[in-house]
Amino acid sequence: MTTQMKEKPPLGQIIVITSGKGGVGKTTSAAAISAGLAKLGHKTVVIDFDVGLRNLDMIMGCERRVVYDFINVIQGDARLKQALIKDKRLDTLFILPTSQTRDKDALTKDGVEAVLNELKEEFDYIICDSPAGIERGAQLAMYFADEAVVVTNPEVSSVRDSDRVLGLLASKTKRAESPEGEPVKARVLLTRHDQTRIDKGEMMTVDDVLEILAVPLIGIIPESQAVLRASNVGTPVILDEPSTASMAYEDTVARLTGEEVEMRIGEERRPGLFQRLFGRTS
Amino acid sequence: MSLFGFSLKPRRAKTAQTAKDRLQLLLAHERAGGSGAADFLPQLQNDILEVIRKYVTVADEDVEIRLQRDNAVSSLEINIEMPADSGKKPRS
Ligand SMILES: Nc1ncnc2c1ncn2[C@@H]1O[C@H](COP(=O)(O)OP(=O)(O)OP(=O)(O)O)[C@@H](O)[C@H]1O
Ligand SMILES: [Mg+2]
Repeated sequence: MTTQMKEKPPLGQIIVITSGKGGVGKTTSAAAISAGLAKLGHKTVVIDFDVGLRNLDMIMGCERRVVYDFINVIQGDARLKQALIKDKRLDTLFILPTSQTRDKDALTKDGVEAVLNELKEEFDYIICDSPAGIERGAQLAMYFADEAVVVTNPEVSSVRDSDRVLGLLASKTKRAESPEGEPVKARVLLTRHDQTRIDKGEMMTVDDVLEILAVPLIGIIPESQAVLRASNVGTPVILDEPSTASMAYEDTVARLTGEEVEMRIGEERRPGLFQRLFGRTS
Repeated sequence: MSLFGFSLKPRRAKTAQTAKDRLQLLLAHERAGGSGAADFLPQLQNDILEVIRKYVTVADEDVEIRLQRDNAVSSLEINIEMPADSGKKPRS
C-alpha cells in the first residue's frame, strides 16, 4: 500500500492555517494537522511563516536542530534540503523553520513561490503556519494556498477577524486572481471550544459561528489541558497521549484528506466531571 | 477531591519542568548571539567550501551542516561528500 503511494506523484496540496486574530491556535493546529497527515503516510512539510517570532520549532520539538531557515533558503544562503528538518518520530514529516532574527520584509513573493514549487515536487501536503494579522506576512502565507483552515475561537473578535481573512482568501490570493480555476477552499476550524461555557450561555455555539461566517466547518477542537502539556514537551498534540484534542484533530485530518467523518464535540472531562456529578458550579 | 482518597493532580511526570528546561537552553543560545549559531553558518559553509576546493572538487550540495544544541556544548557536524576520484592526492 505504501509502496503504491510512493509511486504516485506527490499531491502537492498547499494548505494555509490562518486566522487574523493572534493566539487562537494556529501553530498548535499546524503542528497537529501536519503530524496527523504524516501519520497517515502522507509526505508532509510544515512551514513557519511567522518570521521573527519562530515558535513552530518549539511546538514540534526540533528547536535544537535548527541550522538554516526559510529566509536563508529564500535569500540563497542555503538550499532547501539543508533547511528542512526531518521529524524524529515520523519519517514522512518535515519542518521548515523560520528566522528568529529577520522580519517579514525578508519574505518575497517570488522567493516564497520558488520554495513552494520545489516542495510541491516532493510533498503531498505543504502546511503553512501563518502569522497573526492581515499584513504582508499573513498575506504571503495564504497567497499560494489551494486550501485554507481558518482557525476561529467562539468569541467576537476572533470571529470578526476570521471574516476579514475569509475576505482576503477570496480576493488576495493567486487562486482568486486567476479567473479560471477554483477559488481557495476555505473551511473553519473551531478551536478552544468549551461546551460547559456554551451550556451556560457564555459562549457562542458552533452553529452561531457558522451562521455568521457562512463557510463549511472542518473540525471542532475542544479546550483541552493536553494542548499545554504537549507544547511543554515539544510534541504535536496528535502524537502525544490520546486526549479530546488529539481525537478532534484526528477527525479534522481525516476530513482534510477527503474522508467523511461525522462532526462530534469532544469534551474535556477533567476536573469538571466530578464537580458536575455533585452539582457544584466551577 | 480527597473524598475519594486520591487527588485529581496529574499522576504522570510533570511537563512544566521540561518546558522550562527547553526554554532555558534555547534562550541561552539565542541571547548569546542573534538566533544562536545559525547566523554565521551560511558564511561558514562558504568558507569551508572554499578551503576544500583548494584540494578537491566538490559541488555545493555535497556539503551538509548539522547542528545539535545541548546543555553544555553544541555540536556542529559537517559532512562533505567527496567524489571517489577527485580525492586522490599525490602520495609523495
Ligand atoms: N484547544 C486548546 N485548548 C487549550 N489551549 C489551547 C488550545 N489551542 C491552543 N491553545 C493555547 O493557546 C495559546 C495560543 O496557541 P497558538 O500558539 O497555537 O496560537 P497561534 O494562533 O499560533 O498564535 P499566534 O497568533 O501568536 O501565532 C497557546 O498557549 C496554546 O497552548
Ligand atoms: Mg503561531
